[in-house]
Amino acid sequence: MNRHVVRYYFTEGFRGIFLHAFSSFAAVGVITACLLIMGSFTLVAVNVQGLVTEMEQSSEIVLWVDESLSDAMAKSIGSRISAFDNVKDAQFISREEAFDSFAEEMGSILMQGLTPEDFQHKYKVFLVDVQYAEETASQLGDLSGVADVELQRELLERLLSIRRVVRMVSVALIAALLIVSLFIMQNTIKLATFERREEIAIMRVVGATKGFIRWPFVVEGFILGTLAGLLAYFTQVFAYDRFEGALADITLTPFSQLWLPVLAVFVLTGFLVGVFGSVMTIRKYLRT
Amino acid sequence: MFHTVRLVDVYKAYDNGTKALKGVTLRIDDGEFVFLVGPSGSGKSTIIKLLTSEIRPSEGKVMVNGYNINTIKPGAVPMLRRTLGVIFQDFRLIEKKNVFENVAFAMRAVGASPRDIKARVPYVLDLVGLSHKARRRPHELSGGEQQRVAIARALINNPMVIIADEPTGNLDPARSLEIMTLLERINALGTTVLAVTHEKELVNRFAKRVIAIDGGRIVSDKQGGYYAHEQTRR
Repeated sequence: MNRHVVRYYFTEGFRGIFLHAFSSFAAVGVITACLLIMGSFTLVAVNVQGLVTEMEQSSEIVLWVDESLSDAMAKSIGSRISAFDNVKDAQFISREEAFDSFAEEMGSILMQGLTPEDFQHKYKVFLVDVQYAEETASQLGDLSGVADVELQRELLERLLSIRRVVRMVSVALIAALLIVSLFIMQNTIKLATFERREEIAIMRVVGATKGFIRWPFVVEGFILGTLAGLLAYFTQVFAYDRFEGALADITLTPFSQLWLPVLAVFVLTGFLVGVFGSVMTIRKYLRT
Repeated sequence: MFHTVRLVDVYKAYDNGTKALKGVTLRIDDGEFVFLVGPSGSGKSTIIKLLTSEIRPSEGKVMVNGYNINTIKPGAVPMLRRTLGVIFQDFRLIEKKNVFENVAFAMRAVGASPRDIKARVPYVLDLVGLSHKARRRPHELSGGEQQRVAIARALINNPMVIIADEPTGNLDPARSLEIMTLLERINALGTTVLAVTHEKELVNRFAKRVIAIDGGRIVSDKQGGYYAHEQTRR
């Protein structure tokens, strides 16, 4: 492609933006708003996911070992627990360790009269996937030598259902807002093509190729979409910072860990909305 | 001799059932000046649309500058159109562009470089006698001048054939004569000209080949004036 042709595409693309400045401004505004809403929901989803993952990692099933078992037998159950597919790790805590840990937490006054014999051997079991916690807990409970199983069911279930809802709402919202953005971009480019319909007709008569006619509009869509992506990004940075400051009790995922994917997704979405919106609109004008 | 335009037993029926052409056969050779005359609805516009590949024939064969319109691929249509220069009755100039830009626009649309545009546009404007009005906007020009800009635009890409669709329809007799004379000069320089018109006086005055069409059929094809056609019908 010749340099002067590329320059022509960009000159015409920019000219198109200013030729119908209000509509261009409106398109950038609406797409920025859509991206911001999408971005905000995605960031909420990311943080909820982070919270769930953290809880998952720290959540455990406690297996109490039958008191009648000897120390050696209690330890031998460990290999059978670890053999479960959904078990990531099984830590054996002897009654002596349990006693020491309790003593450390409670202090010496409360420990008076207690001996390690008053405590029970137990296993702390960490899972691969907490979604199957109940099933795994029930299977572990059936192992011989296991007296009881303790599972923090309620909290986990609540977290999992929050994650499901946030994920569903985010996906639905992103899809809806993408359609809105595409529609707005199509309208903007439709207006641009309408204002330049005479030029397009003449270009076709004199033998301009479809690509040559299409590219300035694609460039226009690309510029508007990318601009909206960048604007949405900077607004999101500002909003996240404010939101983080307002939440005292919850620690959000630091934006320093998120900026690159957020920027990439915003700019790429803006770019794609702009380019696809233009291509879809201009197709109609280019039917021979 | 190279046949610039060739229609062989061409029929064209539109989707609404209108039969616009009923077995048209004609041949225009390289360098000819031909008037295509006929009443409204006779099929003149359909012939122009076939030549510019806006439509395809229902039956028969259409060849234009070596392109077969029956089988032309969409990607080749712009290339065909670059061999044609089309002039319309309503000029179709872009109001926001001045004379120079209107003409340059057609050159830029086919990917010409700014250097080539700068060199060629003044030459063509000079050819149509509008060098001194290069910076004027279309609304600052008379009808005849606007049509000359349209002719310059049609000429800018050095076409093999100029197709003028009622080029004098919006002009007074003096300006019409001026435009036809200009087309005649362009023809003398080697470009084939096909002019579609209603104006008998003008056609008679130039005494060129006249193809008359009526009801979708060629009713006369003779060297000379428009009245030759009427005489044949009597």
